[in-house]
Amino acid sequence: MDFDLNDDQRMLQESVARMLASAYGDFTRRRTYQEQPDGFDRRVWQEYAQSGLLSLNIPERYGGLGQGAVETFFVMEAFGGSLALEPFLTSSVLGAALVRHGGSEALQAQILPHVADGTAILALAQVERNSRADLGFVEFAALEDDGHYVLNGDKSVVLGGGAATHVIVSARTAGASGDPLGISLFIVDAGSAGITRRVYATQDGMQAAEISFRDVRVPAAAALGVPGQGLAILTRGVDEAIAGLCAEAVGAMDALTAMTVEYLKTRRQFGVPIASFQALQHRAVDMRMALEQARSMAIYAALCVADGDEATRRWAVSAAKVQIGQAARFIGQQAVQLHGGIGMTMEYKAGHYFKRLTMIDAQFGDWRHHLRGLAARAA
Amino acid sequence: MDLKLSAEEAAFRDEVRAFIAEELPPQTRAKMLLGQELAKQDVVDWQRKLNAKGWAVPHWPAEWGGRNWSAMQECIFLDELQQAPAPTPLPFNVSMVGPVIATFGSEQQKARFLPATANLDIWWCQGFSEPGAGSDLASLKTMARREADCYVINGQKAWTTLGQHADWIFVLARTDPGAQKKQSGISFLLVDMKTPGITLRPIQLIDGGREVNEVWFDDVVVPLENLVGEENRGWECAKFLLGNERMGIAGVGMSKQRLARIRELAAGERVGGGTLLEQGWFREKLIGAEIELKALEIMQLRVVAQAHKRGRTGTPDPYSSILKIKGSELLQTTSELMMDVGGPYVLPFANPPVGPEFAATTAATYFNFRKISIFGGTNEIQRNIIAKAILGL
Repeated sequence: MDFDLNDDQRMLQESVARMLASAYGDFTRRRTYQEQPDGFDRRVWQEYAQSGLLSLNIPERYGGLGQGAVETFFVMEAFGGSLALEPFLTSSVLGAALVRHGGSEALQAQILPHVADGTAILALAQVERNSRADLGFVEFAALEDDGHYVLNGDKSVVLGGGAATHVIVSARTAGASGDPLGISLFIVDAGSAGITRRVYATQDGMQAAEISFRDVRVPAAAALGVPGQGLAILTRGVDEAIAGLCAEAVGAMDALTAMTVEYLKTRRQFGVPIASFQALQHRAVDMRMALEQARSMAIYAALCVADGDEATRRWAVSAAKVQIGQAARFIGQQAVQLHGGIGMTMEYKAGHYFKRLTMIDAQFGDWRHHLRGLAARAA
Repeated sequence: MDLKLSAEEAAFRDEVRAFIAEELPPQTRAKMLLGQELAKQDVVDWQRKLNAKGWAVPHWPAEWGGRNWSAMQECIFLDELQQAPAPTPLPFNVSMVGPVIATFGSEQQKARFLPATANLDIWWCQGFSEPGAGSDLASLKTMARREADCYVINGQKAWTTLGQHADWIFVLARTDPGAQKKQSGISFLLVDMKTPGITLRPIQLIDGGREVNEVWFDDVVVPLENLVGEENRGWECAKFLLGNERMGIAGVGMSKQRLARIRELAAGERVGGGTLLEQGWFREKLIGAEIELKALEIMQLRVVAQAHKRGRTGTPDPYSSILKIKGSELLQTTSELMMDVGGPYVLPFANPPVGPEFAATTAATYFNFRKISIFGGTNEIQRNIIAKAILGL
């Protein structure tokens, strides 16, 4: 058993911390990044690319660093602490995982080097009006036509869908809408004829898009995995993303808990720091305990994604999402309460952590969704 | 980063597991499994087996039977005992008075008491709390008046667990009532329970059991040689004792064993057309507890990893307060889940019992487990510790 980082991991952690400090040390900059067309700053993205960060999860043969979920954990934890806006999770973690697990050699060679250098940005289009978080519920249609597939349908709340150069879309090539079989994944150039996007801000200051596909033709070679058997690849990719998202939540909860404790020490009422009131101390302690339990589960999920069989990985990821979802809600709500009025304001950072944490629970299935999923599985 | 046991640790775990499987009397195990009270002899016999193996006091100094185990080994050992389930070595002996005597006692005291304490030839009980001194232990009022050749103790102790089995009691008593600070002027004394003037009265708890007692001291004469450490500096012994890091405080092994059993029993309970285990609400509650258990298990490993780095410092890692709070909450949750499993058979308070065997102690255990967040420093006191030591509030 060992919770220490190796030298490479420590260097990675330091370099990410440095970049984030320079990009986000002044919190007011985050708003200026948000206001840019992509919802993030291209120069910051470029800096990530130059540092090698975007190639973290790309195999070495495609110009990447070939690292795994444990390294992703540290990066995402730091992103969470800084409330970073760049689409690292959606493109470099989730998108890259789907291409790695499903893409042919040719497809990987075509896409992954560009993910690594930041020129390609991937996004997963999974949510539909009736799917909620169920990856296996797909109505979006792909019909085979002479070595091509023709895509028709609408995808919702595509995270990072505005800046994406490529969209990975889950589509039904056979079966009824809830069948686990008959789901296929295609990687589509976001500029293809027949695609229209409506890009909008999300509650946490990031961006998502509604994307409609009207008779969009993609070559059969754009399929990730065997057509009809995309669900396993989709599940695995999303599991890796959830592990990263849990780490991001830990970073955000850690920062929010620390700033709340700091606030208790400095804010004075009745002539004393409010930290002297036991009712508030115990609330802060409960936040810290929720954080540490969540951290334990996020570490566990990362380790199981890096090195676990499928059943262990799936249990660990869902269990972590349950734990993190509940902790995120608890810590977010407590932090606002302990800050009082200032916690309610848009100009103060605490509220933004609360907003991001709330949205993290809602992504890839909230904690109830995952708890139900665990309960539905065989004993 | 990884969570795997090393080859040596895995071999050690297997050795402990095999020893328990071989040596734990089936009747003791059955009583533990069914939540029944153990007889004094059950506990004594088991501890003597552990002591013969060299495993009763592994964390003591080597010359008194310590094994120099790593924190991980201690953790594995206690988890395996809890999972069996088997009794853990008597805490009053091995975690409380033993280490105090080994650290503060005279050579004579060590030779006289430590081997007998390890082997449970002496059963110790704890004379700390009083009716008016619970969380605020230092406000204790029991007096030990110094005479020419002895101390004379007068006062009342409360919540003395298993005092009915005890041969000796270790007592905190006030030897200098005029001391400036209430923590000063307290001494740590060893008292033979057979001394005239001691009266023990059992207190029945809400579960119907009588595991705790009140102990009265009425002019109890104690030889001067039974003082541990220096007179009026007993608070240092008390702080050392209370601060002794207790591996296994999280009860990970116990919760693991209880949740596995709950799963098994729930699969045999009919509800509607299926089983209790198939009920969505029950599964979600059970799985919620299993997730908490995994988080607690990892948390415990993190504390163990930290202990490896810290070495034995004598001061507890404040993170063990998190283990205590979350561990006690989880054990209490398991007792609620067992109530769900028991259904109508939690009602009878009957002897001989009514209904399935497992259900007989279900409600009693539920009531009894409420104590876990109260003893050993209430969960609120633990929060005070975390607030101060981790958050700096």
